[in-house]
Amino acid sequence: MRPMNTQAATYNDAIVRKMAIMTVVWGIVGMTVGVLIAAQLYWPALNFDLPWLTYSRLRPLHTNAVIFAFGGTALMATSFHVVQRTCHTRLFSDGLASFVFWGWQLVIVAAAVSLPLGLTQSKEYAELIWPIDLLIAVVWVAYAIVFFGTIAKRQVKHIYVANWFYAAFILTVAVLHIVNSLALPTSLTHSYPIYSGAIDAMVQWWYGHNAVGFFLTAGFLGMMYYYVPKQANRPIYSYRLSVVHFWALISIYMWAGPHHLHYTSVPDWAQSLGMVFSLILLAPSWGGMINGIMTLSGAWDKLRDDPILKFMIVSLSFYGMSTFEGPMMSIKTVNALSHYTDWTIGHVHSGALGWVAMMTVGAMYCLIPRVFGKEKMYSTSMINVHFWTTTIGIVLYTVSMWIAGISQGLMWRATNPDGTLTYTFIESLVVTYPYYLMRLGGGLLVLVGMFLMAWNVWKTVKASSSEESPVLAPATAT
Amino acid sequence: MTMSSGWHWYVAAITLINIIACIWLILWSSRQGDAAKGDSDTLDHTWDENLCERNNPLPRWWLYLFVGTIIWGLGYLVYYPGLGAYPGVGGWSQKGQYQAERARIDAVYQEKFATLAALDYEALSQNADGMDIAGRLYGANCATCHGSDARGAVGFPNLTDNDWLYGDSPQVLTHSITQGRQGLMPGWAAALGGEEGVRQTMEYVKSLSGMNHDATMASDGQARYNTVCVACHGATGTGMQALGAPNLTDGIWLYGNSDEALYESIAVGRNGVMPAHQTLLSEEEIKLLVAYVMSLGSSEAGATGAP
Repeated sequence: MRPMNTQAATYNDAIVRKMAIMTVVWGIVGMTVGVLIAAQLYWPALNFDLPWLTYSRLRPLHTNAVIFAFGGTALMATSFHVVQRTCHTRLFSDGLASFVFWGWQLVIVAAAVSLPLGLTQSKEYAELIWPIDLLIAVVWVAYAIVFFGTIAKRQVKHIYVANWFYAAFILTVAVLHIVNSLALPTSLTHSYPIYSGAIDAMVQWWYGHNAVGFFLTAGFLGMMYYYVPKQANRPIYSYRLSVVHFWALISIYMWAGPHHLHYTSVPDWAQSLGMVFSLILLAPSWGGMINGIMTLSGAWDKLRDDPILKFMIVSLSFYGMSTFEGPMMSIKTVNALSHYTDWTIGHVHSGALGWVAMMTVGAMYCLIPRVFGKEKMYSTSMINVHFWTTTIGIVLYTVSMWIAGISQGLMWRATNPDGTLTYTFIESLVVTYPYYLMRLGGGLLVLVGMFLMAWNVWKTVKASSSEESPVLAPATAT
Repeated sequence: MTMSSGWHWYVAAITLINIIACIWLILWSSRQGDAAKGDSDTLDHTWDENLCERNNPLPRWWLYLFVGTIIWGLGYLVYYPGLGAYPGVGGWSQKGQYQAERARIDAVYQEKFATLAALDYEALSQNADGMDIAGRLYGANCATCHGSDARGAVGFPNLTDNDWLYGDSPQVLTHSITQGRQGLMPGWAAALGGEEGVRQTMEYVKSLSGMNHDATMASDGQARYNTVCVACHGATGTGMQALGAPNLTDGIWLYGNSDEALYESIAVGRNGVMPAHQTLLSEEEIKLLVAYVMSLGSSEAGATGAP
């Protein structure tokens, strides 16, 4: 084994602390915007006739804020925490890590200003205009250098499984972002994509689906693979399962994008391939769930009094549920019913709230006391309250969107014996309307939970010390 | 679009290579032996004090699921298009599926629609079955703009008030639905001499339908009306159906009769569009809708519209 580097004998936790705090802040911001637009669907007057408060401008702000601000900052915080602990070394470059943090915050602020102003390139989940896209690319490359640089100077031979997933996430998101955002600028705020027609749609959903696959799945599996065994103090269930599902997941995900484009001008063969690989993706997706849940097996008693583990186990359950639902919805005949309905919105939120947000919250409750020099969070009972508000909120959200979506799908396709449509569009809206209120209630509960978390974090941090932790010597067996 | 053979082989090859690689992974994992199975036994590397790994075999049910989806996927790619340009033994295409469904529907309904469409408009508008079908066609195609109760909205004509921009003959209504209409009122601010001229003209227009108006301004406005507006709206303001120019004397206002709305109509103009439906509806369906719209105009209270 290489000798310990005595000059870098502490971990860089300062950067992790900053990112962890901003994760909570952006979670509240993104979900507040989500609650506002959910309320607008029920009370349209809530845009106050102001252009920058209209649904069309706030919806991309919501998605960007929760995915890239909340989710992205959480992935950066945890990956920097995990890669140092599992490589037994300090981050590759403190300066570059700091640049990643401040650069990413600048991207988020630029998004929060430009989207309400109506500046967009109109690609879903890639709305930001080209100057911001350039900044993202630069920050992301710096992020990759810090992460892979740290892996390269690790003090242990084996690369821990969490780092495989973080690595796949960082590399692939760089490729996805750059390829999908290629554009010819016509002014400082406007550009045309270099692709056109069906090819543009295909590239967009190759990007869009792999943003789900690598940003929201692989990245958070990395988080899961560190914080679940850490919090449960149990060994990972199966090394070989992690190998099989890692390689299967990252290779098969790449193909699944066209299932967003069933029955469109994308060629038949591309649609079929998207569907076939989406279904083959089911088992590799579940591999992560099995490894997470079975890691907890034997420690079930800990669930009684550790609400952080509750967050993690429910997160894994939502992960299993939505990675089952996704392949089902990719089947052409199911998709013909579900596409363009609120079922899709429900599916996305069972993944984004149930899996991503709950895993993030669990990981933050585990990470924050550690990097702020505390034994545990200020209030464990408040974590428990947060757990229940979140769980009930997500269930309300998902169930309301299932009912609304399936009702819409059935009503839109219903025909009379004379071949005419049974229902007008407005009738399907009338049926959907009460479920928009139920969804708003679910979203509000989740948001309330985030405020409880902010209070709990504030109390924990206020009484903290910020001493750097020493780098641990690798275990002798490695 | 056909695929060149280079792309065909490329797509087919990387598809199969990815699937075969998954099978290879499964076989690899089954050769990993029994190391570190069970509860106490872990592989000999540890990270960050207490992170370690057992090496349990893949759960049997999970393995069956994985293998099952792979076999199913290969079967799907034999039957359906998916492997490059290979069309699949089933001969499926989304275009073919659409055409087959269309043909099935047409076979079922053609006779019914043909029978109804053979009736004249008067008889058709009295035919309960025909009007039920037409009401549903209206709900799916027209209600979005003209409203579920057919009373329209600002900028979208009321179909129940017996006031017709282009006339109410079956030929005219058929043309409106089939070809669509573009109701263009140009902006006249400059021609009428700026804001003052527009306001005077507006007061005169208000006087035509007996609305409260400023008589002094209206008399100045009349001269302006007679040089500019008269061409389409006529000397007495009753409009011209051949151009779709509205009657200004009947108290019916497509864009409202507030001062703001009238001022904008005169100064800036309006551009109302009724889209053409010839590619969306069959001739028989359009005939049913014409009869339906005619029945709306003749009923006093207006129709209830969509079911």
